[in-house]
Amino acid sequence: MKHLMQLTAGASLAVLAALAPATAAEIRIGSFVSATGPASFLGEPEEKTLKHYVEEINKAGGINGDTIKLVIYDDGGDANKARTFATRLVEEDKVVAVVGGSTTGTTMAAVPVFEDAQVPFISLAGAVVIVEPVKKFTFKTPHTDRMACEKIFDDMKKRGLTKIGMISGTDGFGKSMRDECVKVNARFGVEILAEETYGPRDSDMTAQLTNLKGKAGMQALINPGFGQGPAIVTRNAKQLGLNVPLYQSHGVASKSFIELAGAAAEGVRLPAAALLVADKLPDSDPQKKIALDYKTTYEKVTGQPVSTFGGHAYDGLQILVGAIKRAKSADPKKIRDEIEATKGFIGTAGIFNMTATDHMGLGLDAFRMLEIKNGDWTLADAK
Amino acid sequence: MGDLLQFAVSGLTVGAVYALVALGFTLIYNASEVVNFAQGEFVMLGGMGTVFFATLGFSLPVAALMAIVLAVIVGLMLHAFVIAPARGADAVTLIILTIGASLVIRGAVPIIYDKQFHKLPGFSGEESIRIAGASIQPQAFWVVGGMVLVVLALHLFLNHTRFGKAVIATSVSPLAAKLVGINTAFVVGFSFAISAGIGALAGILVTPVTLTSYDVGTILALKGFAAAVLGGIGNPVGAVLGGLLVGLLEALAAGLISSSYKDAAAFITIILVLLVMPNGLAGIKHIERV
Amino acid sequence: MAALNPRYRTLLAILALIILPGLVMPSTFYYRIGALVFISAVAVIGINLLMGYAGQVSLGHAGFFAIGGYACAILPVRYGIDPLLAALIGVVLAGLLAFAVGRPILRLRGHYLAVATLGLGLLIGLVLTNEVWLTGGPDGMQVPRASVFGVRLRSAEHWYWISGAVLFLAAWIAANLFDSPTGRALRALRDSLVAAEVMGIRAARYKLIVFVLSAVYAAVAGAMLALFNGLVTPDNASFLHSVELVTMVVIGGMGSLIGSIVGAAVLVILPQVLTVFHEYETLLLGVLIILFMLFLRQGIAPGIAALFKRRPA
Repeated sequence: MKHLMQLTAGASLAVLAALAPATAAEIRIGSFVSATGPASFLGEPEEKTLKHYVEEINKAGGINGDTIKLVIYDDGGDANKARTFATRLVEEDKVVAVVGGSTTGTTMAAVPVFEDAQVPFISLAGAVVIVEPVKKFTFKTPHTDRMACEKIFDDMKKRGLTKIGMISGTDGFGKSMRDECVKVNARFGVEILAEETYGPRDSDMTAQLTNLKGKAGMQALINPGFGQGPAIVTRNAKQLGLNVPLYQSHGVASKSFIELAGAAAEGVRLPAAALLVADKLPDSDPQKKIALDYKTTYEKVTGQPVSTFGGHAYDGLQILVGAIKRAKSADPKKIRDEIEATKGFIGTAGIFNMTATDHMGLGLDAFRMLEIKNGDWTLADAK
Repeated sequence: MGDLLQFAVSGLTVGAVYALVALGFTLIYNASEVVNFAQGEFVMLGGMGTVFFATLGFSLPVAALMAIVLAVIVGLMLHAFVIAPARGADAVTLIILTIGASLVIRGAVPIIYDKQFHKLPGFSGEESIRIAGASIQPQAFWVVGGMVLVVLALHLFLNHTRFGKAVIATSVSPLAAKLVGINTAFVVGFSFAISAGIGALAGILVTPVTLTSYDVGTILALKGFAAAVLGGIGNPVGAVLGGLLVGLLEALAAGLISSSYKDAAAFITIILVLLVMPNGLAGIKHIERV
Repeated sequence: MAALNPRYRTLLAILALIILPGLVMPSTFYYRIGALVFISAVAVIGINLLMGYAGQVSLGHAGFFAIGGYACAILPVRYGIDPLLAALIGVVLAGLLAFAVGRPILRLRGHYLAVATLGLGLLIGLVLTNEVWLTGGPDGMQVPRASVFGVRLRSAEHWYWISGAVLFLAAWIAANLFDSPTGRALRALRDSLVAAEVMGIRAARYKLIVFVLSAVYAAVAGAMLALFNGLVTPDNASFLHSVELVTMVVIGGMGSLIGSIVGAAVLVILPQVLTVFHEYETLLLGVLIILFMLFLRQGIAPGIAALFKRRPA
C-alpha cells in the first residue's frame, strides 16, 4: 500500500514536471505545426525552417540582445490537438507571439484562443477565410487560395483558354480553393464546363479524368489540391492522352511533385512563390537574394529540396522578429501593432505590406506563374 | 463504351492489389483464425522497402527482392511476438492486437526513412497502350499478371504438395492436424511469411502506378479486409474475386456516380452483401448467426 | 471501505477522481486536459459496455461521436436551434441510427461485425467530409456556445465541471446497469452465448440495447467536445479516432468503469507529456496496445485493484 502511494506520488510529480514550463527570461515564440500526419508535407519543412533560423538568430545575438526560445508542438493535422496546444502555448508556456498553423483547419481551431488571449498569431495556412474578415491578432504569410485562382485564370485568359474542367481534392485545401475558384472564374471570362473530385488518399483518378476528357470543347484543366494527389492526376492525365494544358496549385510547390509526376509534369503551369526559381530570377529582382539564401541554406541543412511551405515559415518568423525588434518590447500587443505595420518586407513569397485591413500583405504580383520544363521550374513568361 | 472499358481497366488494376491483400488475409485466417489488420503494411513495406534499399545503392531488382525478404521477416516477427503469445485469445483481442501491430509498423517507417511519397519506375516503361479506346499503363499488365501467377502458384502449392496439404489440413481442423503429426505452429508461421511475401510483391508491382509512402497500408488493409469478407472469409478464390470486384465497383462508382463517395462503394457493398448473404459470395466458413 | 457495496465504492472513487483534481488545477490548460479526459471517458464507458460486458467490437464508434458533435453545429447554425437542444437531438439521432443499423448488423459476429462497424464509421466520415452544404466540408464547422440561465458556457473550467458531472452520471447509469437484469443478461451473453439462449435470454434484443446505449454515450461525448471546442471537423469520425477509443478501453481495462477514466487519461495526457517524442506517437500507441493486450489484458484499473485485493485489508 505504502509502495503504491509512493509510486503514484512520484509518477504525478514526474508528469507535472514534464508539463511545467521553463522559467528562464527570454523572448518566447510559440509554434504548432503538422509535422506528422496527412499534412506533414507542409509541417515538416516548416518545423525544420523555424528551428534552424531561431538557432541562427540566437547565434547572431538574438533580438536586441535577448535570446529567442522557440516552443514548438506537433498537432498531427488534428484540429482538436491544435486547439489544446494553442491553449498550452498561451497558458503554460506564456509565449508572446505564435508562428504556426500548417493547415486551415488547425489554424481556425487555434485562432479563438489567440484572439482571446490577445497574442499575435501568424498563420502558415492558405485559405482566405483566415484573414477575411480581418481578426485583430491573426495574420498570415502564404498567398491566399483565391489569389491562386485569380493568377491561374488570368494566365488562362491570356492564352485564350476560356472553357475548362476542374478536378479537386476533397481535403481542406483543395475544397476551399475550389470554392474560391468558382466564385471568381466569371470575372476572367473563364467557364468551368465540368468538375470532378478525388479523395486525398486516392491512388487512381483515371475514372474522373475519363469523364472530364469526354467533355467537348474543354481547353484546359485546373487541379486544386496538395500532397500526392496532384502528382497522380498529372500522371493519369498523360496516361489517358488528355493533352490540354494542366494548371496545378501552389499546394504542390516542391520538387517532389516533379519527381513523382515524372515526364508527365512537362508543360504543367502553377502559381508559386519566386523561391522555386530563385536561381533563375534576374539579378535586378529584389527577391533574388533572400530567396536564393533561404533555398541554399534549407537544402544544405536538411538535404531535401526547398519547398514554398518552409518559405512561408521563414517569412512568418522574420516578419515577427522584425516586429519585435521595432517594438523594442516583448509585449504581445505592441508586437501585434508592429506586425501590422510591416512595410516593404522582402520575403520568399513576395514583398509584404500589411495594413489594418490587410493581414496578409501580398499582392497578386507576388505570385509568379511557373512552368515545368525539362524537369525543373521556370518562369512561364516575362512578368 | 471506351469509357466503361477505361473504368474497368483502372478498377481491375487496383482490384488486383486488393485481391492480393485479401488473399493474404485469407491465408492467415485459414491457418490461425486471426484477421491480420497489419496485412496492408506488408504491401507498404514492399514499395517503401524497395525505395529504401534502392537509396542504399542496390539495383532495383535486388532492392525489390530485399524488400520482400524484409516483409517476410516482419511477418514472422509479427507471428512470433504478437500472435503466438496471445495463444488462442478471442477474435476481438486478436483484431486489436493486429491493429496495434500495424500501428507499430506504420509508426516505425517514417522514423527509419521518411514521410514523403515515392515512386518506382514502371517495369516496362510508362507509355500507355491504347486498346479499344482505353489507355492502359503497361504496369497494369504486370499487376494483374502478377496476381494471376501468385494465385496459380498458391493453388499448385496447396493442392499438389505435401506441405500444402498440411496447410489445408491445419485450416480445416488444427486439432486433427496435430493428431496426425503436422507441426501446426510451423504451418501458422509459414502462412504469415507467405502472406507477407505476397503483400510485399503486390506493393512492388503496384507502386509504379499508385506511388507509395509510409501511410498507404491502412486503407489497403481496410479494403482488402472488406474484399476478403465479401468473398467469404476463408475462401482464397472468393478473396481474389472479392478484391477484383471491390476494385471494379470503386472505379465504376467514381466514374458513373460520384467520385466523392468512391471509398463508400466498397463498404456499402460489403454491408449489403453481408446482410443478404452472410457467408459472402463463396464462403465456406460458417458465420455464427444469433 | 471493504464493507461498502463495490458499486458504491467505484462511484465514490470516480467522484473523488473528478472533484479532487478540480480543486487544485493550476490553470486553464489543466482544466482543458481534465475536461478532455472526462469527455473521452464518457465515450469509453459506452464502448466498454459494448466490448467489456457484451463482448462485441466496434471499429466505427467515432462515427456516433461525430454525429453528436455535428448536431451541435448544423442545427444551431443552419436551423437556428438552441445548442443544448441540438445536443439532445444529436444524441437521439445517434441512438436511432444505432437502432436502425444495429438490428441487421448485430446478427453478425466477430470479424463481420468489425467490418460492418468499420464501414459505418467510414461512411459517416465520408458524408461529413463531402456534404459541404450541410457540414461545412473537410475543415468542419463552427459551433455556437451553449448558454444556461444566461451564462455562456465557454471556459475550460466550466466544461471541466460539466463533463465531470456528465461522466459521473454516465458511470452511475452503467454501474446500475451492471447489476440489473439487463446487465446480468449481458454478462451471460458474453460468457456463453449458447447457455444464455438456453436460459431464455434473447441475445439479439440485449445486444441491440447495449449497441444503442454505447452509441448514445459516444454521441453525448461528441456533443460535449463540440460545445467545448466551438468547432467540429470530420476527423472526429475517423478510423484513427475509433482506434484511439478502443485503445483507451484496452489500456484502462475492459469492463471496468474506473478503467475507462484511466484509459482516457493515459491517451490524452501522454502526448502532452511526451511532446518531444511526437515522431514516435503512432509507434508508441501500437506498442502500448500490443503490450497491454498480451500482458495486462485486464488493463490498468483491474490490475491495480487486484493488487489491493492481494493484501489483507
